[in-house]
Amino acid sequence: MKLRRLLVIVLTLSLSACASVGVKPWERDLLAKDEMSLNADPLDLALDDHIYFSKEAASGGRAFAGGGCGCN
Amino acid sequence: MQLNQRNNIIGALTAATCSLLGTPAIAQESPSTAEPWQFDTAILYYGESERVTAVEGVFSASKDFGNEHIFSGKITIDGLTGASATGAVAQPSAQTFTRPSGKGEYQIAAGETPLDDTFRDTRIQLNGQWTQPLWQDYRVSSGVHLSKEYDYLSMAVNANLARDFNQRNTTVSAGLSYAFDSIDPEGGRPVAFASMPLRSDYATDQAFDDAFDATRLSGSDDKNTLDLMLGLTQVINRRTIMQLNYGLSVVDGYMTDPFKMLSVVNPQGLTQDLLYENRPDSRTRHNVFWQTKYALDSGVADLSYRFTTDDWDIDSHTLDSRLRFNLTQDSYIQPHFRYYQQSAADFYRPYLMAAEGLPQFASADYRVGEMTAFTLGLKYGMLLDDGKELSFRIEYYQQNPKNPGFAEPGVLQDLDLYPSVKAVMAQVSYRF
Repeated sequence: MKLRRLLVIVLTLSLSACASVGVKPWERDLLAKDEMSLNADPLDLALDDHIYFSKEAASGGRAFAGGGCGCN
Repeated sequence: MQLNQRNNIIGALTAATCSLLGTPAIAQESPSTAEPWQFDTAILYYGESERVTAVEGVFSASKDFGNEHIFSGKITIDGLTGASATGAVAQPSAQTFTRPSGKGEYQIAAGETPLDDTFRDTRIQLNGQWTQPLWQDYRVSSGVHLSKEYDYLSMAVNANLARDFNQRNTTVSAGLSYAFDSIDPEGGRPVAFASMPLRSDYATDQAFDDAFDATRLSGSDDKNTLDLMLGLTQVINRRTIMQLNYGLSVVDGYMTDPFKMLSVVNPQGLTQDLLYENRPDSRTRHNVFWQTKYALDSGVADLSYRFTTDDWDIDSHTLDSRLRFNLTQDSYIQPHFRYYQQSAADFYRPYLMAAEGLPQFASADYRVGEMTAFTLGLKYGMLLDDGKELSFRIEYYQQNPKNPGFAEPGVLQDLDLYPSVKAVMAQVSYRF
C-alpha cells in the first residue's frame, strides 16, 4: 500500500515536471540513434531475462514477467 | 510579413526534421513506404561449473509495413542438460536418491551438494507482436507468446496502450499480460511433503513401484499469471532519456518445483528422511524499474535499477549498467556489470528438523533463499554495411547463496550448505 502511494506521488511529480523538460524535434539527433533506444539489443536483454528468471526469484521490470517454468 | 516569413521557416524546418525522423505528424501527410525486413539472430552458450549447460538459439524478424505499423516475430530454441541442486543437504557420508521418474537411483559422494543430473530438455518458444499508431499520439501493441518443452507448456497474450505528450518527449503506457502455464512432469507431481521412497527399503521392485506411485499425483497442474504494467518514458534533454515502470504480477496455481526436496535432519545434523517440497499456490509481486540512458560523445551510458517485493517476503534489488564506447565509427566495446540481491522467502528452510512438526509450506531451493549475485561482461560489436552488425559477448555470472540465519546442527556446521554457482555465457549475434 505504501509502495502504491509512493508510486502515485512519483508519477504525478514526474508528469508535472515533464512540461519543462524535453527537446524540440530537431534536437533528437542523439536520441534517434539505435543504441539510445531503451530497448537496444533486444535479443541480449531477452536472453539475459530468461537466464535470470531461471536462476533468481525476481523477474520482470523492464517487460512483463509472464509465465514460464524455470524449474532447473 | 516578417513574422509570417519566420513562421514559414520554422514550419519548414519542423517539417524537414519530422520527415527525417519519421515522426507520425508528417508520416500521415505523405504516404510512407514499407521498410525491408530486419533480422536479428543470436546463439548463446550458458555453462555452469559442474551443473547446467544450455545452448539457446534465437531468430527474430521485424518489419515496418509503413506508418509505424510494425510486426515482430521471434523463434527461440534451447537445449538444456546437466545437474541441478535438489535442495537436499550435503552429508558426511554418501547419499542415495531416487530419480524424479521413479526409475533408478543416483549416488552423491560424502561432503558433496546433492545434484540431480537427469535434466535433459528442449524448449521451443514463439513470440509475435504487432504495434501501430491508433489515432493521434496513441500507439497500441498486442502480442502472443507460446513456449513448449517436454513437460511444460506456457501460453500468454499481452496488450499495451501508449500515449505521447509534449512533442513526444513524454510517453505514458499501460499494459496487461495474461499467461497460462501447464506442467506435467516426468514421473508425475509429488504429493506435498511425501517421503522419498528408496529401492533398498523394499523387498521387491513391485513393492517399491507401489510405494513410489503413492507419492505421486496423477495428471497435470496449471498456473495463471496476470501482469499489469504502467510506464512513463521521459526525454530529459538532448542526451538523456529516462524510464520508470511499475509492475504488478498476480500468480495463482502450481508453483512448487516437482524436482526439489528437503532433508529432515536430527540434532546431530544427520539426514533421517527426504521430503518433496511444497510452495504456496498464490503469489503477488510488485516491481519498480527505473532506467536512464545518456548519450556520450562517443558511446552510451545505460544504468538501471529494479526493486521487487512480494507476499512470499522476497525483496530484491538489481543494479545493471552497460557502458558503450565507440572505438571507431564502426566498432564498439560494451562492458557490463550487474549486481543482484534477494532476501529469503518466508517458507525457505535449508533443511527441516526431525523433532519439529511440518510447516505449512517449505522449500530448500536456494533460488528462493537469500543470495547475492553479480555479472561481469564484455561485448564487442562491428557495424557492417547496410545496417548489418556482428557482435560477440562474454559474461561471467556468480551466485552466492547465504544462510538467512538458521542454526546448523552437528555435522552440518562442517559442510558447505550454501555453495556458490559459477557460470560463463558466450554469445554471438548477427543482425542483417
